[in-house]
Amino acid sequence: MAARRRRAQKLQILGFFVLVALVPLAVHNRYYIHVLIFVGLNLILATGLNLLMGYAGQVSLGHAAFFGIGAYTSGILTATYGWNPWPAMVAALLATSAVAWLVGRPTLRLHGHYLAMATLGVGIIVSVVIRQTSSLTGGSSGLPGIPAMTLFGRELTTSMDVHYFYFVWAWVCLLTVVFANLVESRPGRALRALHDSELAAETLGVDTATFKVRAFVISAAYASIAGTLYAHSSMRFLSPTPFGFHTSIAMLVMVVLGGQGTLWGPVLGAIIITGIQEVLRPYTNWDIVVYGLLLMFMMIVMPGGVTRALASAWSAVTDRIARRRRGSGDE
Amino acid sequence: MSEPLLSVSGLCKDFGGLEAVKNVSFEVHAGQIKALIGPNGAGKTTIFNLITGVLPSDAGSAIFEGHQLLGMPTHRIAALGLGRTFQTSLLFDQMSVLENVMVGHHLRGRSTIFTAALRILGAGAEEREYRETAMVALERAGLAELAGRPAAALPIGQRRLVEVARALAAEPTLLLMDEPAAGLNMRETERMGEIIEEIRTGGVTVLLVEHDMSLVMNISDEVLVLDGGQRLAEGTPEQVRNDERVLAAYLGEVAD
Repeated sequence: MAARRRRAQKLQILGFFVLVALVPLAVHNRYYIHVLIFVGLNLILATGLNLLMGYAGQVSLGHAAFFGIGAYTSGILTATYGWNPWPAMVAALLATSAVAWLVGRPTLRLHGHYLAMATLGVGIIVSVVIRQTSSLTGGSSGLPGIPAMTLFGRELTTSMDVHYFYFVWAWVCLLTVVFANLVESRPGRALRALHDSELAAETLGVDTATFKVRAFVISAAYASIAGTLYAHSSMRFLSPTPFGFHTSIAMLVMVVLGGQGTLWGPVLGAIIITGIQEVLRPYTNWDIVVYGLLLMFMMIVMPGGVTRALASAWSAVTDRIARRRRGSGDE
Repeated sequence: MSEPLLSVSGLCKDFGGLEAVKNVSFEVHAGQIKALIGPNGAGKTTIFNLITGVLPSDAGSAIFEGHQLLGMPTHRIAALGLGRTFQTSLLFDQMSVLENVMVGHHLRGRSTIFTAALRILGAGAEEREYRETAMVALERAGLAELAGRPAAALPIGQRRLVEVARALAAEPTLLLMDEPAAGLNMRETERMGEIIEEIRTGGVTVLLVEHDMSLVMNISDEVLVLDGGQRLAEGTPEQVRNDERVLAAYLGEVAD
């Protein structure tokens, strides 16, 4: 039964990415392609945070900091120091993971919501550092001149957005498969186990503190990859705004809205929140109000997220059909 | 007698003035079924929590196969071969029954986050192997048809059986069972007794805390009676049953 479910899940993933691959054939509007690139980036952010929140049961309120460290490390190394984007991406990944490890190791040994508080602080610090170290990051006026991402020696340039669309979604595909693999594996089960009962997990030999730190580092690494991809996206320019508290909250809402601890939750969450971000772009600061209302609405109406609500609605419908069919058979 | 498997001596625990465990010493020998009994508040579960590193002890020692358990984190104690089940079965409720048992394989598993993420270097094979081993364990426990069910959906009797199967999947040398019959009906309790004897036959030593006296007297080789955190009596079920101090403690009389 479990094997069948896993096969169904693999087919779902495959089907979804075939669908995504076909999108540029139908959509020629560059703005929409651009928005879909953002859906992909948000999806990577949400999937990483989902691993931490939905599976390991830990909350990060400053995940945009890791998105920012990834983006700025990539941006500075390529724009200022002329690195190739690929080694810069690896350097960004290492820098982000190191910061996450330094934050996670002391806080995750304690029980309770210390990680949430520590990450809130990290979010603020990173935001301030980006604004204040203008010699390095360009501060509030931004960091221009980030080169295009290269693939096999060819530039994925702005004029060919579709190439970058495919590049970003190839990463989404890879990171989704990695996520699906992890969830159904020894370390993935250890995380889900400690989410339900740390005591029982420890009793079975799971080093819960270490596994929590690992989950946190991986989710930060996801954010770092999204950051690098963002830095090399069509703007090729970084400003501090996208790496502030708003984005941390947006990520949180994506996970809760879609459904924590589900494979498809982050997908739905990313699509909905990217849509809201685009619609609210002209109205500064209103996004946070919408996020707050959405969070409250979700907590009261469907705490399991949209994915689970849809799934249970679907099974209610199929149950009713099956019952009606059985009922008519008896008559 | 041979070297004991577990040797506890002078164990003490004080909860801010309340002496929950007072200078308790006992031994568990390989192949035994040993029971800790006593009225509520006698300190039985606290002793389990001290031995498994869930609570820090104030004094004493607990030597398991040459290792000092006190001061060691719970997961390291588990790695030494000490398993445990809980008074209220602590299943991983958001996981399936099969996955619960698979967590029991954690200690033997070798896949890391990197190999598991990419399904390389044997991580895929390990996953398939564990799935099969866990399925075999469920079949043996008569729970095969529950494999895909979410653990949260199970009634209490089945929760206990799944928890035992999960603990055994870790292949412990010594299994601590905290009230394995709590909440079970008479038939289920009888079945649990058989299971505990099967566990011992399988080469696992059992130390249990239990309130169901008929179960304790039927299956235990040795019984340690605690009262108010202190050792009251110890011996075979026969000896303990006829001990005046034990009768007094249970009937609430003052012993001479």
